[in-house]
Amino acid sequence: MSERSEDDVLERIDRIRRRPARVADERITLAHGSGGRATHSLIDAVFLDAFRNPLLEPLEDQAIFTAGGARLAFTTDTFVVSPLFFPGGDIGDLAVNGTVNDLAVSGARPLYLSAGFVLEEGFPVADLRRVVASMAAAARRAGVQVVTGDTKVVQRGKADSCFINTAGVGLLERPVRLSAAAAQPGDRVIVSGPIGDHGITVMLARGELGISAELSSDTAPLTELVGLLLDAAPATRFIRDATRGGVATICNELALASEVAVVLDEGAIPVRPEVRGASEILGIDPLYVACEGRFVAVVPAEQADAAARALRSHPQGEAAAVIGRVEGDPAAMVLVDTEFGGQRIVDMLVGDQLPRIC
Amino acid sequence: MRFVDEYRDREKAQALAARIARHCEPGRRRGLMEICGGHTHTIYKHGIEGYLPPEVELVHGPGCPVCVIPMGRVDDAVWMAQQEGVILTSFGDLLRVPGGRGSFLDAKARGCDIRMVYSPLDALRVARENPHRRVVFMAIGFETTAPSTAMTVLRAAAEGIPNFSVFCNHVLVIPAMRAILAAPDLRIDGFIGPGHVSTVIGCEPYRFIAEEHRKPLVVSGFEPLDVLQSIEMLLAQLSEGRAAVENQYTRVVPWEGNPRALRAIDRVMEPRATFEWRGLGWIPDSALRLREEYAHLDAERLFELPQTRVPDPQACQCGEVLRGAIKPWECRVFGTACTPERPIGTCMVSSEGACAAYYNFGRFQRRRLREAAPA
Repeated sequence: MSERSEDDVLERIDRIRRRPARVADERITLAHGSGGRATHSLIDAVFLDAFRNPLLEPLEDQAIFTAGGARLAFTTDTFVVSPLFFPGGDIGDLAVNGTVNDLAVSGARPLYLSAGFVLEEGFPVADLRRVVASMAAAARRAGVQVVTGDTKVVQRGKADSCFINTAGVGLLERPVRLSAAAAQPGDRVIVSGPIGDHGITVMLARGELGISAELSSDTAPLTELVGLLLDAAPATRFIRDATRGGVATICNELALASEVAVVLDEGAIPVRPEVRGASEILGIDPLYVACEGRFVAVVPAEQADAAARALRSHPQGEAAAVIGRVEGDPAAMVLVDTEFGGQRIVDMLVGDQLPRIC
Repeated sequence: MRFVDEYRDREKAQALAARIARHCEPGRRRGLMEICGGHTHTIYKHGIEGYLPPEVELVHGPGCPVCVIPMGRVDDAVWMAQQEGVILTSFGDLLRVPGGRGSFLDAKARGCDIRMVYSPLDALRVARENPHRRVVFMAIGFETTAPSTAMTVLRAAAEGIPNFSVFCNHVLVIPAMRAILAAPDLRIDGFIGPGHVSTVIGCEPYRFIAEEHRKPLVVSGFEPLDVLQSIEMLLAQLSEGRAAVENQYTRVVPWEGNPRALRAIDRVMEPRATFEWRGLGWIPDSALRLREEYAHLDAERLFELPQTRVPDPQACQCGEVLRGAIKPWECRVFGTACTPERPIGTCMVSSEGACAAYYNFGRFQRRRLREAAPA
């Protein structure tokens, strides 16, 4: 038996969790790409350490700066999905919508994109045409233009068919300053639609699970929805699109940056039955599953109903819901009140969610 | 969602909680061990402890398949993955389990071809698709997963697939329970019996627990109401002074188990004289190996394994946690040197491991419950 009390142990854990990140691994593992704790450590200890500057430091999904009198948003994202084509979209849609959304959630109007391609020797040109056609269609839908680009081809086996990088610039016409550090106790947490569709769709499309479901990716531009939200709730604190790591990861980033607790209401979180079913079978939690056309927003309590109503008026936001609240304590933690009547921690994942054995 | 929501009903939970409270005598501790990691996961994921009076203490047992894998077996598997032309396949849970020289994920980063599969049949497919590679499936788990390994071996034998083999690490639940019951520091009054294992072995093998050890066991389902009801059934037995094997999970578990699955295991596998369990040490007759007839599919016979033996790290108290002798937070390294990010012990790796479940889900809830309880 140890001499320590349970409280001492819990306090020590909290202290250790707040220590600056370090990367002790000798090599990159897949966990570093999962969007969870390992990714954050890598960003903090390697990238931020080297590039440190005031625009990068907040680690938002885009940098906001003023140039020539205009407030601009700038971002980049790289896409490596497998399979390239899946129900509801393909890597081309993702590459445009992903960057458009990283701009849109800052309140900016996305304007121009770049596109960089890494192609594997042997990749069918017909597939490339299909991907590029999707990109063109997605760009038209989002009201942006792809204005510059680059192509590299690598030897067979040095890449998986097609990787795409996009960067984008947007213009901030509203006086908003959204930030993960802006949440305050009492605020409400809103999600713009059912969660996990994209991640589960891609998992099933890999065909390894022998499960099929009528499900398609939610990939879509969020510009219009963000506009509706900011019109209805001008004091919105924060918006972020729930991609890699899902809603749970965003809530953790928010709780850390704002030094608040985020308390989610499990019963209020919109999850399609197909997503819930597949998650139950696989033993994974939809809260961590990626979306490509959903955002999490934090709004003051008094604007929450108006915000949810405004989102529901748009076809993409029909299932928008208030899913939780911000509290002062315990700081830097995400909790969920379970439907069963209990409560649990929703922590940042260490690596990818792995299906359970039995 | 049907077949799920019915078992998560709050009102029914409150009714059960009231009955549980009536079975408890104030101040009289009741230690109940859930053998199975799936139950540990359910308990924390849904917050079941919130429904229990302070007298009921849940002790998390050894039934998490990856938690009991000794480091040496992980190292042996990595050694195979390092051999020319080998593809090592295993379940996702195993990827992060630390061996003496790192995990499968680390080995993958060093260039080993290690692939996650969802079923042993997927591993067999990998073998068919890669005829010039040697494909090894690292089989782990209790009686729950052993039948699917056995069926895969039978199919590989029938199809004559020459490049497939199984690294068999299947373990048996009854010898592990005997080892726990023999521990001098046992503080357990009753057992929540494993649900999935029992679909295979049935309820009869637990009889010795009631008859020899005078402790009740209730085979339980995995939804939160299942677990709560099983706790109620155990406490009812204890308050009535009974000790019997009962089956809460009748919708899935037949009393006699699954004779076909048992026959498949028996046809392909035989007990090992002894096997090392992480934290629990060597337990006789506690694991399975392939029978001589399937030697050509047995990785342990095909490869000259280094048979690595790695003592459990000194600081690690996984064994005491797995026996229920200490709570996860009472371990010397819990949450400080040993975290889900850098696990020292296997209990911290799988989401079913007692320490990981406590760390990931239960930490704050425990504090809240104690603050809410009258001093």
